[in-house]
Amino acid sequence: MLQIEDLQVKLGDTEILKHIDLEINPGETHVLFGPNGSGKTSLLMTIMGYPQYRVTGGKIVFKGEEITNMPVNERAQLGIGLSYQRPPTIHGVKMKQMVQICAKGEVDAETLAEKVNFSEFMERDINAGFSGGEIKRSELLQLMAQDPDLLLFDEPESGVDLENISLIGNTIGKLLQRDFKLNAGKTQKERRNERTKMGLIITHTGFILDYVTADKGQLLYDGMLTCTSNPREIFKCISEVGYGECIRCAI
Amino acid sequence: MRDLDEKALQAKEKKAAIGPDIDLDSYRSEPVPHDYLEDIGALSEADKKQMILAGVDAKEMERSGSFVQKDTSVLHARSKQEGLEVIPIKEALKQYDWIEDYYWKLVAVDTDKYTARVQLDLHNGYVIRALPGSKVFYPVQACLYLEKEGLGQNIHNIVIAEEGSELHIITGCATAAHLRRGLHVGISEFYVKKDAKLSFTMIHHWAEEMMVRARSVGMVEEGGLLLNNYISMKPVKSVQMYPTTHLVGKGAVARYYSLLVGSPGAEMDIGGRIVLKEADTRAEIVSRAITNGGNIIARGDMVGEVPGVKAHLECRGLILNKGTIHAIPELEGKVDGVEMSHEAAVGKIAQEEIFYLMSRGMSEDEATATIVRGFLSVDIPGLPPQLKAEIDRAVEHSDKDMM
Repeated sequence: MLQIEDLQVKLGDTEILKHIDLEINPGETHVLFGPNGSGKTSLLMTIMGYPQYRVTGGKIVFKGEEITNMPVNERAQLGIGLSYQRPPTIHGVKMKQMVQICAKGEVDAETLAEKVNFSEFMERDINAGFSGGEIKRSELLQLMAQDPDLLLFDEPESGVDLENISLIGNTIGKLLQRDFKLNAGKTQKERRNERTKMGLIITHTGFILDYVTADKGQLLYDGMLTCTSNPREIFKCISEVGYGECIRCAI
Repeated sequence: MRDLDEKALQAKEKKAAIGPDIDLDSYRSEPVPHDYLEDIGALSEADKKQMILAGVDAKEMERSGSFVQKDTSVLHARSKQEGLEVIPIKEALKQYDWIEDYYWKLVAVDTDKYTARVQLDLHNGYVIRALPGSKVFYPVQACLYLEKEGLGQNIHNIVIAEEGSELHIITGCATAAHLRRGLHVGISEFYVKKDAKLSFTMIHHWAEEMMVRARSVGMVEEGGLLLNNYISMKPVKSVQMYPTTHLVGKGAVARYYSLLVGSPGAEMDIGGRIVLKEADTRAEIVSRAITNGGNIIARGDMVGEVPGVKAHLECRGLILNKGTIHAIPELEGKVDGVEMSHEAAVGKIAQEEIFYLMSRGMSEDEATATIVRGFLSVDIPGLPPQLKAEIDRAVEHSDKDMM
């Protein structure tokens, strides 16, 4: 379980997250909406542990352990993984090596790569010259290898062409144990009840909702979580009346 | 010969154009005799261990020939393949007239006091030659080894890739584990004839108080290729070199790659100059420099003398922890119709790259080491796998010290 209590965060001198309370139970996936600059990415980076996002109040607890001041790598080892929107390029480090790093070596990188149609990129430097969609597939491949328990997705569908959107959506569904398949052993209800993976997905377009089911939608506005509801309802509301309406709920 | 001596005598006090001046008289020069070995497997285990760090394998696995010089004496010189000659230069000067056509023909004997010293007091060096049309499949290995404390080693090497031949050489320059202070002065002349291909990979594995001055010039004829790789990852007091290649035939190509690590106290002034003198010639210089306390000057100079040439220079530096990197890329186009470019960047490791790897579970140190190793991993096209393996090994070995 991820518990965020009264979290306050500054970036430089600017307060960017204000008194955030959020709880994600094992098996739950939440979708995070919000206008540009509302603090969505900051929230993900703070959960991942980027030190420039300075926690000035409140705490983050993951799997019963307080991680508010834990270094990034220890959070990763504890089971938190992030799919970046714009990850850096690392010259001279091959994609294949990165997959092994994520999996701590115990992985068949080639077989994993096939699943996201990424085999031909395995000898390329990480993210070097990748298109928007290639970056997303690379990030998903890394998360597949890492196999974290809490998966944070920063706009996984941005820059992805229509051809790849279903591949990306369905892969996220699988990572979050939200794919549906016929399984002689277990009923769909049993599979749902046995879900353990937690997800927090930032989306702008809502496309991802066509592929991944979610339990809750959260709306972040000006650093505050102002609305928790059914994700489709929030999305429809934003689509029809815009974020401008959010200010009335934020007061 | 007398002519050369006269010129050398005149340049005996002539300081080099760049690099700190060295008091040559403070290094001994008298011969240090060592017995010739029929089999280099008979080298002492301690020597073998040091040489292997510079890419020279006494087992001669996947090598087509070997040359080993310790201090002033040649221990071994042998070709294992037809069409390949490996001869100590002093022997070549005594026995073969043709050597006159190559000896001091590219490097001017009166360049400075270092060239003069090598002419006036030559210890030895190698002549490696691939005969016309012969493809030397495995690399030839050469080792210039320094054991005698305080010795100044004077070396002259000549490499000739005759028409249509292919030749790969790895030269390891190393010192005995106990050696601290020494001087290595090396002259190298490279002749790549029509349609020949030469790759020359040099790994320096020196000691903390070593001074090194190298003077090397190459020439590539029509359709020829010279690939020049330089790797220096270990402590050294001062190295200065500025190898130059003249592309004198249509379509000739030269590519330089250098990987440099500057340890605390090191002064490294490493350049590369390629002069494009004929149509369709191409040149590339790629340099990667890392310092964790040393001062590195990375120079690159391309001169385009005729239209239709292409040249690119890339120089990247990473300052890990103290030290300086001074990148000096120069392009000189002398006519219109040349296509020359350079990119240079000096900086530190980007924090976001470190965090990216940390968010995949690596510690900060592991992440840094991975990025540094990536920075030094340059794809060198046309390099045989054995030599690529040696370069990879030198890089692997270096990051243990660097961190």
